[in-house]
Formats: sequence, structure tokens, C-alpha cells
Amino acid sequence: MAEILKTEGLCRYFGAVTAAENISVSIAAGEVVGVIGANGAGKTTFINMVTGYLPPSAGNIWFNGETIRGLGPRKLTRQGLARSFQIPQLFLELTVMENLLIALNAAENPALSLIQPFRTSGRESQAERILEQMGLGRYRDENVTAMPQGARKLLDIAMAMIGKPRMLLLDEPTSGVSVDEKYPLMDTVMDVVQQQNLTVLFVEHDMEIVRRYVSRILAFAHGEIIGDGTPDEVMNDERVQEQITGRHQGAAAAGGA
Amino acid sequence: MRVDKSEYLIMGAFLLLAGSAFFLPNWLVYLLALALAKALVVQGVVMLMRAGLVSFGQGLYFCIGGYAVGMGGVFLGISDALLLILMGLGCSVILAMVLGLLLTRYREIFFAMLTLAFSMILYGLLVRSHGLGSTDGFNVIRWSILGWTPARGQVGITILWMTLAFGLVIALFLNRYFRSGIGLACEAIRENEVRVEYMGVSRQRVLYINYVIACSIGAIGGSLSALVAGHVDPEMAYWAMSGEFVFIALLGGTGHVAAPFIAAVIFALVRTYAVEHVPNAWQMILGITLLLIILFLPKGIWSLFTRKRRTV
Repeated sequence: MAEILKTEGLCRYFGAVTAAENISVSIAAGEVVGVIGANGAGKTTFINMVTGYLPPSAGNIWFNGETIRGLGPRKLTRQGLARSFQIPQLFLELTVMENLLIALNAAENPALSLIQPFRTSGRESQAERILEQMGLGRYRDENVTAMPQGARKLLDIAMAMIGKPRMLLLDEPTSGVSVDEKYPLMDTVMDVVQQQNLTVLFVEHDMEIVRRYVSRILAFAHGEIIGDGTPDEVMNDERVQEQITGRHQGAAAAGGA
Repeated sequence: MRVDKSEYLIMGAFLLLAGSAFFLPNWLVYLLALALAKALVVQGVVMLMRAGLVSFGQGLYFCIGGYAVGMGGVFLGISDALLLILMGLGCSVILAMVLGLLLTRYREIFFAMLTLAFSMILYGLLVRSHGLGSTDGFNVIRWSILGWTPARGQVGITILWMTLAFGLVIALFLNRYFRSGIGLACEAIRENEVRVEYMGVSRQRVLYINYVIACSIGAIGGSLSALVAGHVDPEMAYWAMSGEFVFIALLGGTGHVAAPFIAAVIFALVRTYAVEHVPNAWQMILGITLLLIILFLPKGIWSLFTRKRRTV
């Protein structure tokens, strides 16, 4: 499969602190990749660098064969690289419908009109289809503040997907979501991902979620990638067990496999 | 383009005001014209507020609009009111396009203080300009419209109609603007700038366009005020004047394009009566009014209409 994202020697330093060190990775189109690691391992820093939120201190990034180092979030979004956030980034005082309409409007016409209404019947029915697809129909006219965390996460992901991206980076899509909601949330997201044939890279702490949905894992520790392979390969790696999953989980995984 | 209910109501209200001018006493005609002209500057303040920015420096453009009218008449001999307004608009657009590049990079108190600083720079320059009358300012020459000069008794009603005409066009434009892609993007920026960037929209560009339009509308308000008052002075750029615009914006709220007009008229009436009846403590009356609005109607007078609609 064709390579969609590639990083080479990616580093990020905050003064004397090394947040990411020499990250070189290649991701093929259509892959679903999980990123695991303890807090402070460099997972979010990696996503932030790839999506233009943080400039790398060194190294390079290619998306679709073109270098994207130094490009900001706006240009990367227009190139088809979208992301969701650990803390959903939504317009809290607006309704769910308005959130989606703003995103749809921006996706259709990023230059934005001065007088053409953003609310059109075509856009509204498109937003309704998205709400239906994500199972958010009942929140249509609610303010975002009235939604539970799981629904907010879904809305955040739905808004990231609206611009028809080619690759989606999800930062801890199930964090703060109740145990009962985690799997339905991921099932919903992965259904849409499959329908749109997206490449996905997602950061996750829940190893069961990672095992269930990904075909490849990148394991981070101290800003470096210490494991890269299939879930079984990475979970059984000694360094990964030692620094991320813990020996008991690795042993259980090995037993299960 | 379909005309919506709001637009019919705005047109109706403006036509009613234009017609009522025949029956109103002259002092009230002038009061209304001045209040509506100032309401245009308040519209600019509201536009910025909707994007999460509070400007304490809209007096800058109010003053430039006013002084362009005054100077165009006195120094260039231009008497056509529309041309004078156009001059004020042109000067303000150029200045807003330059200052906007810097100001739209700042938020919250930094934006507020920088806007205030620029208006105070102009105030300082005007106070020291003896050729422009220093602190006293100077009078605006007798103006005409497209070659027709209103007689002494017709000046009030003419300027009120002209203010209403400008007000109507701007109100109709803003009614669409607030619901347009860029208008909503302003609200989105106020709520979450990070998400706006990740939607592929340039927040800088949106804020810049919004700022330039807000200042241009403010300048038209300043030009009309100068024509109504027949006089300009540096107080137009003073911080207290910018504060008055913010006061009126809070009084009306940001919920509808009609709110600043209603609030500006209420403000002018309260101030006029307060000065008349409590000449030594009229500021206190205004202060108490604002306090009551903030306590009981935090979203401004317009929320009374939306509340009523919800309970119906």
C-alpha cells in the first residue's frame, strides 16, 4: 500500500526536556495504527507535531509524498490531515447542529462568505445525516455543554471528519468516557472510518481497545518509539512490557495468543 | 435573496421613525439622529464582541469619521455630506487595515488596551493641534446633499433621514453578516480558536475582515454625528467616549442587530433626563442603570424580547 505519512528523525525539545527524540515512522494508506505509552511518553507531542500544532525542533514530516514541516493546522487540514483532541475542542455555547454547520460551511468554502447564510437546507440535511451516522441525533438542538463526555468526543471526531480527510489522528478518543460507552463509541468511529477508507492513527491507554481495533501499534517511551509492529509483537516485547503495559498484562496477552 | 421577518421588522421600524420625524419636537429629532449615529459605532463594538474582543478604542474611528467631515469642509471646501462621509470612511478603512494587522494578533485585555492606546494617541495629537482648534475643536461647515442645501428649519429632519438611511442599509447588511459564514466564524473564534484553525479557516483573516468592517461602520457613525452636532472636538477620541460605546453595547446586548439602536436611544433619553433632573449626579444614574442591566439582564435589553418569545 502507498505510504501516506512519513516522519524522519523527528525531535521536540522544551528547554532541557526531551519530549520526542528521533521519531522515524512510515504509515501506509488505509492502516489503523494505535499509539501507546505512559503519560509523558511523547504520544501527544508526536500528534501535535504531525498536525502542525507544535513545530518540530528537528526532523521532517511528509504527507502524501510532500513535506509538511512548518505548515500550520489550517493548511494541513486543507491537505486532508485531520485530528480530534483529548479534550474535545467544540463551540460550547452553540448547539450541536450549529457546531456541525460551522464545520460544514468551513469545509465547503474556507474563504467564507460575507452575506450568504451559513444555514441552508442542504447543509442542514447533511448535518442531520452525520448526526444520525454518529448516533447523536437526539442532541441536535442541545448546547454542547448539555452533552455527556462520550457524545462530545463523537462530535469532536465528527467535526474532524467533515472536511473529508485522508488521514485522521485521534488523541485518546475514549479518555473520560465511561466503560459502557467506550466500545460503542469506537465501533461507531471505526464504522465511519471503514466507510470512508481513512487512515487512522490513534493514541489510547486502554490496551483492550487497542488490541481490538488496530492492525499495528507504535509504542512510545521517553519520547522514543520502542516498539513498532502487530499488536502481538509489540505487546510481547520485553521493553514494552517493562515500560508500558506491565509484565502481567504482557504475560496474559501472551497466554491469550 | 429572500427577505426575512427580521428584515421586514427593521425596515418597518426605520420607516416609522422616518415618518414620526414630522411630529417630533426639534430637540428630539436631533437626539434621535445623534443616538442612531452613535448606534452605528456601537454596531462595530458588538461585531468585535461577537468575536470575543472588547474594544475600548472605537472612539478612534468615530473621531476620524467626524474630523474627516470637519476638515473636508473647512480645508478642502467640500460641502456635500455624502462625499464627506465617504472621505471619513476611506480614511478609516485605510487606518483599520493597517492597525488591524497588529491588533487582531491580540486578545482579551491586550486587545482592549491597545485599541484604547491608539485612540488616546489621536486624542493627544488633536489636543496639541492648534490649527484644528485644540481642545475646543471646530465647527462643521454648512453641508448639502447632491447639490441641495437644506434650509435652517429642515436640517434636523434631513440629517435624521440620512442617518436612518445609512442605519437601515448597515442594519440589513449586518443582519445577513451575523448569519453568514464569516459572521458565524466570528462566534466560533470566540468559543474555540483551536477548532477554527483545525477546520481549515484562518482566524486571523476572519478577525481582520471583521475588524475593518466594524471600524468602517464606526467611522460612518462618527461622520454622521459630526453632521448632526455641527461640531467636532478631540473628546470624540477620548477613552470616555469609547467607554460610552461599550456601555451602550452592554445595555443592548449582542443578540440582534436592532439591539444597539434601541440601547443607544434609551441611553440618550436616560442621560438627557438624568442631566435635566439630577445635573450633579447624572453619571450616578447611568452607573446604576448599567449595574441593574448587568445584574438582571446580563445579555442586555434584547434578552427581554427573546425571553418573551420563549414564554409565548
